Amino acid sequence: MTSILILEQLLNGLGYGLMLFLLAAGLTLVFGIMDVLNLAHGSLFMAGAYVAAEAHTRSGSFVAAIVLAVVVTVIVAALLEMLLMRQLYKRDHLAQVLATFGVILVADDLVKMIWGPSPVMAPTPAALSGPIELVPGLPYPAYRLVILGAGVLVALALYLLVNHTRVGMRVRAGASDRPMAELMGVRVGRIFNGVFLLGAALAALAGALMGPIVAVQVGMGEQILIPALVVLVIGGIGSVRGAFIAALLVGLVDTIGRAFMPMLLRATLPPATAADLGPLFAEVAMYALMVAVLIFRPSGLFSARA
Amino acid sequence: MRSKSPKPPAMNILSRSLRSLMLVSAFGFAGAALAAPVKVGLALDISGPFAALGAEARDGFALGIKQLGGKLGGQDVEFVQADMGGSPDQAKQLVDRMVQRDKIDLFSGPIGSNIALAVGPTLFAAKVPYLSSNAGPSQFAGAQCSPYFFGTAYQNDQFHEAAGKFAQDRGFKKMVLIAPNYPAGKDALGGVKRQFKGQVADELYTKLGQIDYAAELAQIRAAKPDSIYFFLPGAMGINFIKQFVGAGLSKDITLVTSGFSADEDVIGAVGEPMLGLFNTSHWAHDLDNAANKAFVDAFKKEYNGRYPSVYAAQAYDVILAMDAAVKQAGGNAQNREAVIAALKKANYASTRGSFKYANNHFPIENFYLRVIGKDAQGKITNKLINTILTNYGDSYAVNCKMK
Amino acid sequence: MKPRFLLLAALLVALAAFPLVAPMLGMEFYIGFVRRVLVVALAAASLNFILGFGGMVALGHAGFIGVGAYTVVALSDAGVASAWLLWPAAALVAGLAAALIGTVALRTRGVYFIMTTLAFAQMLYFVAVSLRNYGGDDGYTLPARPTLGLGIDLGNETHFYWLVLALVALLLAWMQRATRSRFGHALMGIRDNEVRMRALGYPVFRIQLVAFAIAGAIAGLAGALLAGGNGFISPGAMHWTQSATLVVMVVIGGLGRSWGGPVGAVVWLLLEEVLKQYTDHWHLPLGLLLIAVALWAPKGLAALGRRHGPSRKKKTEAA
Repeated sequence: MTSILILEQLLNGLGYGLMLFLLAAGLTLVFGIMDVLNLAHGSLFMAGAYVAAEAHTRSGSFVAAIVLAVVVTVIVAALLEMLLMRQLYKRDHLAQVLATFGVILVADDLVKMIWGPSPVMAPTPAALSGPIELVPGLPYPAYRLVILGAGVLVALALYLLVNHTRVGMRVRAGASDRPMAELMGVRVGRIFNGVFLLGAALAALAGALMGPIVAVQVGMGEQILIPALVVLVIGGIGSVRGAFIAALLVGLVDTIGRAFMPMLLRATLPPATAADLGPLFAEVAMYALMVAVLIFRPSGLFSARA
Repeated sequence: MRSKSPKPPAMNILSRSLRSLMLVSAFGFAGAALAAPVKVGLALDISGPFAALGAEARDGFALGIKQLGGKLGGQDVEFVQADMGGSPDQAKQLVDRMVQRDKIDLFSGPIGSNIALAVGPTLFAAKVPYLSSNAGPSQFAGAQCSPYFFGTAYQNDQFHEAAGKFAQDRGFKKMVLIAPNYPAGKDALGGVKRQFKGQVADELYTKLGQIDYAAELAQIRAAKPDSIYFFLPGAMGINFIKQFVGAGLSKDITLVTSGFSADEDVIGAVGEPMLGLFNTSHWAHDLDNAANKAFVDAFKKEYNGRYPSVYAAQAYDVILAMDAAVKQAGGNAQNREAVIAALKKANYASTRGSFKYANNHFPIENFYLRVIGKDAQGKITNKLINTILTNYGDSYAVNCKMK
Repeated sequence: MKPRFLLLAALLVALAAFPLVAPMLGMEFYIGFVRRVLVVALAAASLNFILGFGGMVALGHAGFIGVGAYTVVALSDAGVASAWLLWPAAALVAGLAAALIGTVALRTRGVYFIMTTLAFAQMLYFVAVSLRNYGGDDGYTLPARPTLGLGIDLGNETHFYWLVLALVALLLAWMQRATRSRFGHALMGIRDNEVRMRALGYPVFRIQLVAFAIAGAIAGLAGALLAGGNGFISPGAMHWTQSATLVVMVVIGGLGRSWGGPVGAVVWLLLEEVLKQYTDHWHLPLGLLLIAVALWAPKGLAALGRRHGPSRKKKTEAA
């Protein structure tokens, strides 16, 4: 196991973790402020991926595709918020699970009706399809570097927004103690609208960026939703910082399971079995991590809730 | 909420079954001399990991059906087509329905060996002949062979044994093997290892449908092989090749593959980086026989000048085989013994030229070396070079008890 | 009570007569369909036991169905063929799994309980995927129906149907009685006001754990019947979306109502089957139905006529 290999795999895990962070950040703020469990967040991710793939194939411009994907998804999210989410604030989690699961079903079929049941090819932008020599001996795919860069930039921007602006202060107030914040004059309803749309934008961005490296198909939202929820729980509801740390942890565990474990296991087990057990370890470790965190820190690592 | 469904559900089922009852009795009165319409079940991969290949197969089936005017052996046919999404669960449910409710006489369609293994037992128990338009799992070639299964396309290992022989003859010394972790993937790498005698630096199994190969490529980089053998059909291969090139590995490592990852669908998506890629297959669109020439011309005409892929050719062949079998069984598809006997003879003009079945209902056929280059019009496609394996059977026929 | 009893008896007779009538209508395929609906109804009823009556929003119930099914797979693979061994084993192992999982999960509340049950079910799912010997992702084909002896051939569709009908009817009746018992009342009490029940001295954790384990065991039996009936099982049956669908069925049918589980299962599966005949895009109307039910009838279709409005947020749910 060379250091190049370890570095490369760690970069891969970091990229995945950062994309999870984009999803979990929106989810945790929405849940933190309005106590709404939104299972349809994955569908926003899917919308971003599909729109970006279509726009990129038609226009040839990756940047335009991302922008369009974000804009369209935010519009869809605004409609969703107006029509449905507003009704769900007053309901219990069961009703929220039910309604947002219904949204998942509707979204899956709408996408199938527009784009057909077959997966869609999201092309990697031609300019980024070659490698960049990061370290001598490691030509790392340029596209993944862009993902890493985007993830880090967004994390930074969110950090500044949440911790160093007035708006961010109000968001944190709303997340930590809503009634009190309202009493202190924070327009929590308005804040929530904004947060929901921001979350949608982040999910769409993640979808647009990940499109070229995951299968853009119906059901991709459900696949990424569970890890995002796990990140949310580990990090603590309502905490962006928690989501960040938890996302990196989950990304790391995932890489260990998918990349390093099979390598180790192949020394003693037949390759097919090693290939089976690696991902199993990755998944089980992620869930076990969540359960362990809940046992010792029942509100997650950095819960914002008072 | 009730306004969503037009009629109460029970009434709906009743009226539909009354209709089928009348149909059934109408045919009963017609007597034995007039055969009932042949029912053919096609379970297709329209969504799921093999969607692009399933679309090719669907086009191949459609061309065959169109050319025969929707008939097989002169008999009217009802084709029951549905998408099973590449999921063994869904496929099993679909096939159960086709067998029990629609009462199909013949079956084909699935791309993946995992699906074939899941639906096979139901079909064999119901005595419905299953002609495979692609999957050729080793399980059905050996101990679990069934008279009702016809690996009309090929047996999985054969393609990879041919490629393994090519790699061996070419002088590659250190190879990494990579395939998805499902029955055909295991058959594939097993087949390669049977013929390739050099060092296997690493044997990587990926998830079926996986698109992101960053982890595996990092592995490959660390193993420093001179060649990679990859079996990643459809979208998997497209992404692997692109990421392989994107990771800067194409400078020092040669890709070797079977025809599945080097056919028209992949070429269309990847393009230039594939020039010079050697691959093995039992069929090529420039294979020199009358049936194939007619097929390729008709396909290009029907589908906007596009070359057919091996999946389309195999599907088309299945329709031809069914047509010949029904005709030779006297037009009576319900006479299973006659149909099976006719199918076994494989007495029709296949796009592969002539081939015959071994005792286990898998073909004995030639395997060719192809390379990706440009045709006379400058289009990137496969070119036939030579024959690697002549009249090649499969390694499992000895284990099959059938004669 | 009387009219209801008559209704149930009539329903039972109708269901029992179905496989005899079906061939005359050319509907043999639907014998298997109705049988599957009965089994899912059983699973949904077991979920209703803890969700409707116990207030535990468990999003991992399909995991126990899978445990039961794979227990049958493992035993069949090892050569066991008798239903007398396979089915009780399935229920036992699933019940055990539920007890173990419950020990951890029931220490949490609210959304954390949802996530924890989901997490454990996902773990079970991925374990099943990794079990290459039992097919992994591609699923496992069971060689034959289990044997029962007593001159009954379970390979005969009609006989198997009757057996399933008898089992399901018995278990539903038993669960009905359980909810009326002291245990059932205590469970409902905990659902309505946990703090008070604890103050009154009830062993809250133990009661919930027992309920959870029983529900898991019954779900495991349902899994065994599903696998045995279809002759095939794959990890897909344990995916979280299946658990969510079960929750949906229970809510539609009537949360905490006696027949909530079966009614919901029947409504959902029938709608699905009918819609499938008309369109490929049958998820859409079902999704819209869910949204409508969540907004306007969150206690289920059965509660539409009653006085209660949509549920208000419970104060005790806060983390």
